Amino acid sequence: MRRVGLALATALLAAWSLAPVAWQLLTAVKPDAQITRTPTVYLPDPPTSRHVTALLARKPMAVYLANSLAVSAVATTLAVGVAALAAAALSRSAAASRDRALLGLLLLALFPPILLLFPLYEGVRALGWVNHLPGLALPYAALNLPLAVWILESGFRQIPRELDEAARLDGLGWLARLARVQAPLAAPSLVTAAILVFIFCWNEFMLALTFMTRDSHKTVTAGIASIGGASIYEIPWGQLSAAVLLATAPLVLLVLVFERRIAGGLTRGAVKG
Amino acid sequence: MSSRTSRLLLLAPAALLVTVVVGLPVLRVLQLSLMRADLDGGISLAWGGLDAYARLWGDARYWTCLRNTAVFTGASVALETALGVAFALVLHQRFHGRGALRALVLLPWALPTAVMALAWAWIFNDSFGVANDLLRRLGVLERPVAWLGEPATAMAVLVLADVWKTTPFVALVVLAGLQGIPEGVLEAARVDGLTAWQRLRHVTLPLLTPALLVAVVFRAIQAYGAFDLVYVITGGGPGGSTETVSLYAFQHYFRYLDFAYGSAVAVQGVLLALLPLALLLRWARRREAR
Repeated sequence: MRRVGLALATALLAAWSLAPVAWQLLTAVKPDAQITRTPTVYLPDPPTSRHVTALLARKPMAVYLANSLAVSAVATTLAVGVAALAAAALSRSAAASRDRALLGLLLLALFPPILLLFPLYEGVRALGWVNHLPGLALPYAALNLPLAVWILESGFRQIPRELDEAARLDGLGWLARLARVQAPLAAPSLVTAAILVFIFCWNEFMLALTFMTRDSHKTVTAGIASIGGASIYEIPWGQLSAAVLLATAPLVLLVLVFERRIAGGLTRGAVKG
Repeated sequence: MSSRTSRLLLLAPAALLVTVVVGLPVLRVLQLSLMRADLDGGISLAWGGLDAYARLWGDARYWTCLRNTAVFTGASVALETALGVAFALVLHQRFHGRGALRALVLLPWALPTAVMALAWAWIFNDSFGVANDLLRRLGVLERPVAWLGEPATAMAVLVLADVWKTTPFVALVVLAGLQGIPEGVLEAARVDGLTAWQRLRHVTLPLLTPALLVAVVFRAIQAYGAFDLVYVITGGGPGGSTETVSLYAFQHYFRYLDFAYGSAVAVQGVLLALLPLALLLRWARRREAR
């Protein structure tokens, strides 16, 4: 009885999590005539690759994906690098001031982005960074900094003080200690922070939509969602589904490979606070 | 170099980044909200005092947005919390393939909201959407529903999309909370003759309160700022019935080019969100103190 219930529950959980994505997959390879037939045809017969080819001819998907990758990679590197410096300092600070700094960062991270959107747009425009990578990468790095510091600080704090002390007595400066002692020992938290920040950057929409107006610089969220919106009825659903799949595929891979790290990173910040 | 100086040096880049991207913009948006944007050939900004806030008071569309945002936030967070606890209870069991299931359950959280919004728009398409077909086959519906064409159902679609996306987050936080409950506590309750339901109600859930509170506060703030789903799925429609505070501010910024009023909408919207939150945290602290 218990085992049947559990099996049913796990099946439901899997179906709930996969169904919307699976439906995109089916739609993306379904011939047009079957997409628009009622009652709904569930399995494509035969599967077609026409939507993918048509989408690639219509929209610069490769450019969008490359832009997302570039912006996310730069922002992640910057955020994790800066956060590592800060976390190294905080993990050696007095508990009271450390906790105050961490709490302050958390509050900053909670500001709804709409509050920052317009002033950031003004700044980006003034710098001539509309349609330029730093216009997105810099805000992304800053907005994800609190999360990265939270994860890294708890990683750094687990390093025994004696190791750091020994390296200091060996004559290593603080930068050398950070690079050669602390960072390698905290490598797992560095990876975790990097993955989470990367996911958040890849998925960001509001700033990307506003700051990247040219196809040549749009990230994949802005590029695809702008297919919807106004022109949603002009683009065939088969192609839209193909676009959704292309934009989500890299993340599906990340989740399947790094599930444990992602889950650990997310809860470490949350439960501690 | 003293260790204090080196610590300050290490903190400097982070402080700079946060000041430039968060601190200054917050001050600027406050300043903008106290200005007046005049469209006379170009756009000129002039000191407007509290004019924009006075205008908010009489702006029926703003109040509708506030109500929409509150409904969306309340419904989403309530459902996510309930479902998240249920998910966590399942994932906490020992069974074959638990690791794989955890990865699957996490998946919705990691996918881009704006992109999956298109997937939901297709699923709830009035003519060819699979939602209508499934519900008709199951005998729930007699005729297809124009989901995104009616205020109530459009809001329901938005809530469903948000619940799908963020339940994994709640589930993970709750799961971590569950793993922190000592086996002995539940064992003692079992020995005392409590049924499974009583153990959940009187032992597990109270011990989960701190984890749940964290999840709820995080989620409430995020849901309150909802933009991506609304922008892509409904655009605020039909007839403004799903327009959120964020979307309304966005429209003033980039469609009506009224930066001052848009800023006032954003500032006021955020202030109003902080109030119930502060009350919730106070209540939690009192409870903990007791």
